[in-house]
Amino acid sequence: MFKVFWAFVKKETYHILRDKRTLLILFGMPLAQILIFGFAVTNEFKNAAIDVLDHSKDQESKQLIQQMQSSGYFKLHNLLKSEDEMEAGFKNGDTKLVMVIPANFSSALYSNTGMKIQIIADGSDPNNANTLVQYANQMIHRFQEQKGDLSSNPYKIPIETRMLYNPQLRSSYNFVPGTIALILLIISAMLTSLTIAKEKETGTMEILLVSPLHPLIIILGKVTPYAVLSFVDVILVLLIGYFIFDVPVVGSLILLLIMSALYVITALSLGTLISTASKTQQDAMMRSLMGLMLPSMILSGFIFPLTSMPLVLQVLGHLIPATYFIEILKGIMLRGVGLEFIWKPFLILVFMTVVLLLLTWKNFKIRLQ
Amino acid sequence: MRVLWFLIQKEFIQIFRNKALLPMMTILPVIQLLLLSNAASNEVKNVNIAVVDNDQSEFSKELTDKIMANKRFSLIATPFGNKEAMKYMQGNEVDIILQIPANFEKKFLRKEQPSMQVLVNAVNGQQATVGSGYLINIISTFNKSLIENVASFTMSKTNTATIVNRNWYNPELKYTHFMAPGILAELTALLTIVLSAMNVVREREIGTIEQINVTPIKKWQFILGKLIPFLCIGIFLLIIGLTVSKIIFNIPMRGSLITLFLYAIVNLVAVLGFGLLISNFANTQQQAIFVAFFFILIFILMCGLFTPIESMPKWAQYATIPNPLAHFISVARKVLMKGSGWAAIKMEFIYTLVLAIIFNTLAIISYRKQES
Repeated sequence: MFKVFWAFVKKETYHILRDKRTLLILFGMPLAQILIFGFAVTNEFKNAAIDVLDHSKDQESKQLIQQMQSSGYFKLHNLLKSEDEMEAGFKNGDTKLVMVIPANFSSALYSNTGMKIQIIADGSDPNNANTLVQYANQMIHRFQEQKGDLSSNPYKIPIETRMLYNPQLRSSYNFVPGTIALILLIISAMLTSLTIAKEKETGTMEILLVSPLHPLIIILGKVTPYAVLSFVDVILVLLIGYFIFDVPVVGSLILLLIMSALYVITALSLGTLISTASKTQQDAMMRSLMGLMLPSMILSGFIFPLTSMPLVLQVLGHLIPATYFIEILKGIMLRGVGLEFIWKPFLILVFMTVVLLLLTWKNFKIRLQ
Repeated sequence: MRVLWFLIQKEFIQIFRNKALLPMMTILPVIQLLLLSNAASNEVKNVNIAVVDNDQSEFSKELTDKIMANKRFSLIATPFGNKEAMKYMQGNEVDIILQIPANFEKKFLRKEQPSMQVLVNAVNGQQATVGSGYLINIISTFNKSLIENVASFTMSKTNTATIVNRNWYNPELKYTHFMAPGILAELTALLTIVLSAMNVVREREIGTIEQINVTPIKKWQFILGKLIPFLCIGIFLLIIGLTVSKIIFNIPMRGSLITLFLYAIVNLVAVLGFGLLISNFANTQQQAIFVAFFFILIFILMCGLFTPIESMPKWAQYATIPNPLAHFISVARKVLMKGSGWAAIKMEFIYTLVLAIIFNTLAIISYRKQES
């Protein structure tokens, strides 16, 4: 029995490895994804272009503009001459923020007369607007403190902030676990659902099913090579994360691998469930692409904070296996915790896997229509 | 011309015959549009906090109350020691631990400037910075009120500049207004790339393409015959998506919709040309999907939908030029939200037009009527 199974797995593995395009997905995609996330995509804001309408035009206002640029967050794009010019930069998308410095800027800075600095942000991108306005606020305040000397106050609460687990605030600490979760899902769920759907579409599934092999063996034989290959991917991503982006694995590596194995099984059962429901490859592709990839990317807390979403979406996010796996990964890799801290998401994943397998079992038809 | 017309008719019949595919092309994207537009916000609305109050004084209690009163913070626990607090952090139950040192009140009154410790889970750097920023703000406001209550010392407030902040185009900073057009653009491109990439190769796989190949249909007629039906589907999806976004999210439509749709047609032609190109080079549907998927992933990650293109390194910004999705999203946001006209989207239009010409020319050239 085992010999037959082994022969079947070998045959499937050859099939996969022979095809260059499959290899592109298997190894090219994790590589591309992690490199893009690591080098190109970032949530931080750097060098945002700003326009300044400087009514004051003296030493102090120039210093303020200079100081804002030296922070690295802002880059002066245009010195405006009048109010009418403010909109053009926004409409072209060249400018993110306009700062209007009043005419009495320097005199007000040293005397106690009030002044108004106007900051106008491009609200069409709320994220940008929020963050940039905050940065600008802080910088103007700091500039004033330097000039106005408010430091003579003895009643002060100094605050020491310590950033735990990621002191340099690298975004790679967040995206490496997320990438692992996504890659495993795509490879395990999408590729298996596609191969099984392909056998159905081309009619070779019937041939396999009338063979003396048990249907379970057939499915297992198709699934096993993908499981092994996705494991190779996990290791690949971990190695790149460690050597190129300095993401450590603080906790137990063995625990990490065991959890990845569990998640691979979850994803594989999802994939087989999709394939039992779809007749053609196009079908399977649509279901796994539309139903799995985007929701897993967006609702798993990988890119956007889950707790800030509307309740309905939080509930949906908690139905997605990737949510729990990312939590487990971050726990083991970054916080270095053991099973005692991640037993909850672990049990939920186990439960989900069992349910998915049962559903697949129920839906799986030995005879095709 | 008649040949082309029949080809298009044939494609439409095939599309509408596939009962499983039809809802996936229409309903699924709309559901995603509604859900994902709501999800995609970087705003940090909820921060879970644990306060270790080693002082147990009037002051420290007042501060804890202030934090609890802020709707952004949920006080999860008030552990007695740092070790216990760290357990909450390790179990991912709290994001921030605030430690108030013993004798805080006394030291404060003695002008000793006792410091507070804020421990932040910084796995996600941006959320950590924003979350701790909120907390530091609360503490400084608390500090100011203490100063006014306790000491006769008053800060000169007059030389603090008032910073007036206005947000144009989206004064309430609604994320859905920003995300919905982008997600719609993404879904449309995704769907059309996949459909077109799989289409020709599917005919090759099931053998029907040979029948077409023995007819006197020209290469460009064949490619156009494939392109136009999918173009119609893409435009249809856009119309539906925009209508739904208008009704449900009330997204603004400040610019000319005609401009948007004219641009969308060029963009879809470019995207479809890309899909057909992939289709020509693949032998099986599986291969086509894999290659398409590989590029889709790169397109999505680097299109400026979730993360700003301006923050990318220069080389990555150049790498977005051949990405039709990036231009589509940029145009959709500009036209809908800012009411930009042709002058403002000129560059995107030129890039997309060039892409459309390149992709489709390559698709026509690479389409082989005879299998070698």
